[in-house]
Amino acid sequence: MLGKLKALNGPQTIGNGRAFWAGFAFILILVLVYPMWADPYDVGNSAYFAIWIFMALGLSLMWGYAGIMSFGQTAFFGLGGYGYGVIAINIGATGGLTLIALACAVFLAAVFAGTLGYFMIYGRVGGVYFGIVTFATTLAFAAFLHQTAGPEWVIGKARLNGFNGMGGMSLLAIPWFDGPIYLEDMALYYFVVLLLLVVYLGLRLLVNGRFGNVLVAIREDPLRAELLGYDVRKYQLAAFVLGSALAGLSGVLYTAWGQFITPASMGLPAAAMPIVWVAFSGRSDVTATLVGTFAILLAFQTITIYSQQYALILMGSVLLATVLFMPTGLMVEAGRLIRRLHGWMTTRAKGSAR
Amino acid sequence: MFAEIFSIVFQFADVFAFLVLSAAGLAIIFGMMGIINLAHGEFITCGAYVTVIGVQHGLPLPLAQALGVLTAGLIGVVLERTIIHRLYNRPLDSILATWGISLIITQGMLVTMGSSMTGVGTPEGSFQVGEYTFSTYRLVLFAAAVMAMIAIYVLFMRTRYGVQARATMQNPQVARALGVRTPRIYASSFGIGAALAGLCGALYAPTMTLIPTMGITFIVEAFVTVVVGGSNVLIGTVPAAMVLGVIRTSLNAWQGQIIGQIGMLIAVILVIRVLPEGMSGWLLRRKS
Repeated sequence: MLGKLKALNGPQTIGNGRAFWAGFAFILILVLVYPMWADPYDVGNSAYFAIWIFMALGLSLMWGYAGIMSFGQTAFFGLGGYGYGVIAINIGATGGLTLIALACAVFLAAVFAGTLGYFMIYGRVGGVYFGIVTFATTLAFAAFLHQTAGPEWVIGKARLNGFNGMGGMSLLAIPWFDGPIYLEDMALYYFVVLLLLVVYLGLRLLVNGRFGNVLVAIREDPLRAELLGYDVRKYQLAAFVLGSALAGLSGVLYTAWGQFITPASMGLPAAAMPIVWVAFSGRSDVTATLVGTFAILLAFQTITIYSQQYALILMGSVLLATVLFMPTGLMVEAGRLIRRLHGWMTTRAKGSAR
Repeated sequence: MFAEIFSIVFQFADVFAFLVLSAAGLAIIFGMMGIINLAHGEFITCGAYVTVIGVQHGLPLPLAQALGVLTAGLIGVVLERTIIHRLYNRPLDSILATWGISLIITQGMLVTMGSSMTGVGTPEGSFQVGEYTFSTYRLVLFAAAVMAMIAIYVLFMRTRYGVQARATMQNPQVARALGVRTPRIYASSFGIGAALAGLCGALYAPTMTLIPTMGITFIVEAFVTVVVGGSNVLIGTVPAAMVLGVIRTSLNAWQGQIIGQIGMLIAVILVIRVLPEGMSGWLLRRKS
């Protein structure tokens, strides 16, 4: 058991020490008891923020760890969302069927990522080109769905509804003894927090394990990694599929949360948002991405209440400022600073004890 | 029969002009500096807006269009001198920076200029072949695309600037050692790329609704053409636009606009699987 827990720590994450995990436990407890006294509206809002973090974590894995730059994660977000909508509308919500719809939609996003990724990664398309093709893909998806307003665009019982957006799918529901629990407000909050905890810890295990070490080796020098005998393409494809499946999960949760999805969630400026969150937070660390994304979503929503345009101008400025002044990302820099301070204090304490 | 063939050729020329004009500026900036300029769409928007504002203030259309090209080019030079030149050794970061700029400009325009603007109508004039009627302005667009390509050829192959620019592109260190002022070359190349984007906007302004996000209409096609073409404008963008134009025209005729766009995207993913360096990379490799 202890050995398993040790595997959570390693060179590919910033927070590893006892102090970090104490802080982690403290925050986790806060997160768990938070709905007890908070306003139900705020609880629902926090769940809404958490929904987007999966996509950010996936992008951090791909971009920060594996060095694959995708500008089109919203394509998989939308595919997950529309996939969930179409499946849930068609099979209904009895029993655990919405959970099956969730699984199918995430699988759909993963399969699409696998196909697209196969052509590009096995064609050795890297760097800029990868970003551009994924970007063009998400914009083409948005354009395609935008014009599906007519009644002929229907999959089973589900009307795609074009730019008006598709609605009418069920909330996620977990079957229970005395009837299903519908995931909204408090129930959704706990569901998403639990899921986020699992994904976060799972990613930590992954990046600190063999897989993550190879990914980082590829990011640092693909040729060297290949000469050392690793099939670079296999690892990159795996990272891309996993990251895109997480984007799909975000899409499913978002659609189930609002029972609604529109093509705008795949177009511009939506496609830029995951990039802004992850670049600002610090793409090379999952903890930084999680914390930073939550913070920036909170700020974004606060400003959106006054004006959406100003909020988006702020996002653009954040991206520009990050690139110019803090290319590794604010949260990663903060993490490094804390670690240096901590190291400095412990050496001082040792010095004075002597 | 002749009318049918002419109609197909006309449609192809229309798509070709659209692809070449929307991609040329992007391709020059990418070829020279390895930067994909994600604010490309905003330069196009800039060209279109300046053109329409010029016409509304009484300028004749061609003059207003020239003004649009000039404005976009100047903004490009200013942007390069203030922001982009800091990021040359970090190409991926420069893409992010241009994306940030794109967001700021689009949303800023929405705030200051509103969500749409009254356009100027397409210049009238049409001609008839057989029983079909064609718009003359579409032919003007095609001619402009061909002329832009000829101008780029002359500029890069026949002038002193062109020699210096190509030298900088191949090996900036050696070019600098031989006395080429590379920062100036970079700034002017970025300006030329921006001006070409402005030209695209200026030419298409009379045919479109003016909204701050109108750049989106062009960028998918522009990116796709540049990806297929590779880093060389002259031997990349032109053949890429031809191939994509054929695909696009036939799919449009068969299934409509949106299938045309998606089919083009699929074609790109297939092409890139076979020719990762694009057509210019392939052509150059065959030559050597």
